Amino acid sequence: MSTLVMKSRWHSDTLFQRACWSSAILIGVLLVSILLSLLHGAWPALEKFGFGFLFSTEWNPITSEYGAANALYGTLVSSFIAILLALPLSLAIGVFLTELAPAWMSHSVAAAIELLAAVPSIIYGMWGLFVFAPWFSEHFQLWALDAFSEVPVLGLLFSGPPMGVGLLTSGIILAFMILPILTALIKEALSTIPNVMREASYGIGANRWEVTFFVLLPAVRSAIFGAVILALGRALGETMAVTFVIGGAQDMNTSLFMPATSVSATIAEQFNEATNDMHISSLLALGLLLFVITFAVMAVARILMRKRKLS
Amino acid sequence: MNKLLNGLLLASTVVIAPMSYAKVDTINGAGATFPYPVYAKWAEAYNKAEGVKLNYQSIGSGGGIKQIKAKTVDFGASDAPLTKEELDQAGLAQFPAVMGAIVPVINVKGIEAGQLKLSGQLLADIYSGKVKMWDDAAIASLNEGVKLPHMPIYTVHRSDGSGTTFNFTDYLARVSPEWQKNVGVGKEVAWPKEAQQLGGKGNEGVANFVSRTPGSIGYVEFAYAKSNNLTYTQMENKAGKFVKPEMAAFQAAAANADWSNAPGFHLILNDQPGDASWPMTAATFILVYKQQDDAEKGDAVLKFFDWSFANGDQAAEALDYIPMPDSVVKMIEDMWRNDVKDTQGMAVYK
Repeated sequence: MSTLVMKSRWHSDTLFQRACWSSAILIGVLLVSILLSLLHGAWPALEKFGFGFLFSTEWNPITSEYGAANALYGTLVSSFIAILLALPLSLAIGVFLTELAPAWMSHSVAAAIELLAAVPSIIYGMWGLFVFAPWFSEHFQLWALDAFSEVPVLGLLFSGPPMGVGLLTSGIILAFMILPILTALIKEALSTIPNVMREASYGIGANRWEVTFFVLLPAVRSAIFGAVILALGRALGETMAVTFVIGGAQDMNTSLFMPATSVSATIAEQFNEATNDMHISSLLALGLLLFVITFAVMAVARILMRKRKLS
Repeated sequence: MNKLLNGLLLASTVVIAPMSYAKVDTINGAGATFPYPVYAKWAEAYNKAEGVKLNYQSIGSGGGIKQIKAKTVDFGASDAPLTKEELDQAGLAQFPAVMGAIVPVINVKGIEAGQLKLSGQLLADIYSGKVKMWDDAAIASLNEGVKLPHMPIYTVHRSDGSGTTFNFTDYLARVSPEWQKNVGVGKEVAWPKEAQQLGGKGNEGVANFVSRTPGSIGYVEFAYAKSNNLTYTQMENKAGKFVKPEMAAFQAAAANADWSNAPGFHLILNDQPGDASWPMTAATFILVYKQQDDAEKGDAVLKFFDWSFANGDQAAEALDYIPMPDSVVKMIEDMWRNDVKDTQGMAVYK
């Protein structure tokens, strides 16, 4: 009897182990096969356009000339704007929640921010297009056009038609979308700092501002950097919300009010109606580019996070 | 005992299944989004009348063509007709199902719906960025007595691939050789960068941008212009007359279309002759295999459209679509009899 029990225990154990193993391997296989099929699909375009694909601003389905520069520019700039706006905000929220707020408030604010993460991105897109863009056009863009028209760099950035959509708008919407992940990671990092450090700093007469800026934030510097990179990964690939508010123009402009496009938006908008082989292949090549960029970004984040754990 | 029962059950389903499916109760289609509202309306009425359900996925014309070629649906639907060669290559038959109209819409302060007059050439010049201001002499000369503001023109186009864009650019290419040469015709085109352009996703995206951007012009299907209360314009037609976008003008264009000389029903209805014709009308098309592996299914698809041609005109007009004229319906049914066959070479349409 007992051998039977042991045998069946042995069986369930190995079975469990094997199931886990194969699930883990499945992820790897999935990743590699996605990469390979993207590469396979993108090959005709890569072969035809070569490295020029990265730098060409031409995107013409009629003449079958394709280049990724417009889309890459839109993706990178809107994601950069998103980080620029979301980082200070989430740092402030993170410091507030861990250092300043009473526990009950900290919990409810944290819950509200997590709820933001649960909002589907199409909702952000619709809200951005129908609610935010008209408001933004009327209350910010018109003012900014007037106020910055004489200022050297800002005048160039804040020019163009005040239509409420474009690079800046999609950057702002993206900022809303990455705020939860950024805040959660920063808050978690801050809460790992041992209280001894805080007590010692206050003990030598530092005030709250000094403790936060010269002790706490430097202590979690690399964690913050890792959080930024993770958030960037989300912003780079975001599709639906960006598609609605970026303005859908295959164009590259220094002005942030001008309509633009992003890699994911181009794929989402054109894939359905793409019947020409080179068109499909170029869209897949865009997908491959996004895959590679996101993968690289995530890898950097991983390395940074690991370094922090070691040190 | 249980096993035996299961086995019996299994065996009986295997035997019964082919018999119970002999009568087709669902037909599947996929494609163009533009005719989706009218297909849905027809399907609802047809289901009530004949008990056959239509499952139509409005995934876009390109998707419809891909799906019918992959044989995952019983019929495909496309806003842009396939050419005779493309049809023959894929073994497909094509027929028009319903027509619609595209209208320019504007947002210019002080100008009401139907007031501004535009010509095709002017529309092409605006979208090419040659005419950049609303008080440009080219616009003013067509609109004596209309007070035009000194305001930049923002051109709004579809940012997603679309049959509407195909028909719109086709019209521009017909009236402007420069458009034909520099831009071309397609579901997506490289919009001239000389114009202050903006892309909206879907008809609703374009309608939204135009309705809240002063100085903008866009193009949408008539139904959207109407339901969003957009300011549509008059257009000059081929006969040199200015017409308003109204059902009568669309029907006039449809009536003047020469379907009998269009092999494979490959006919784009833009710029039709006739004093009353609206210049931007377009048919949307259905694709079925010439050789139907499942004759019952093929027959069911054709029966659905047959029924809709006979009973669906009112529903179509209520949704601002233009039904196919009876003479064209007759041509379509002749084509069905001649071209759509089962594996034995018999016509599936009875």
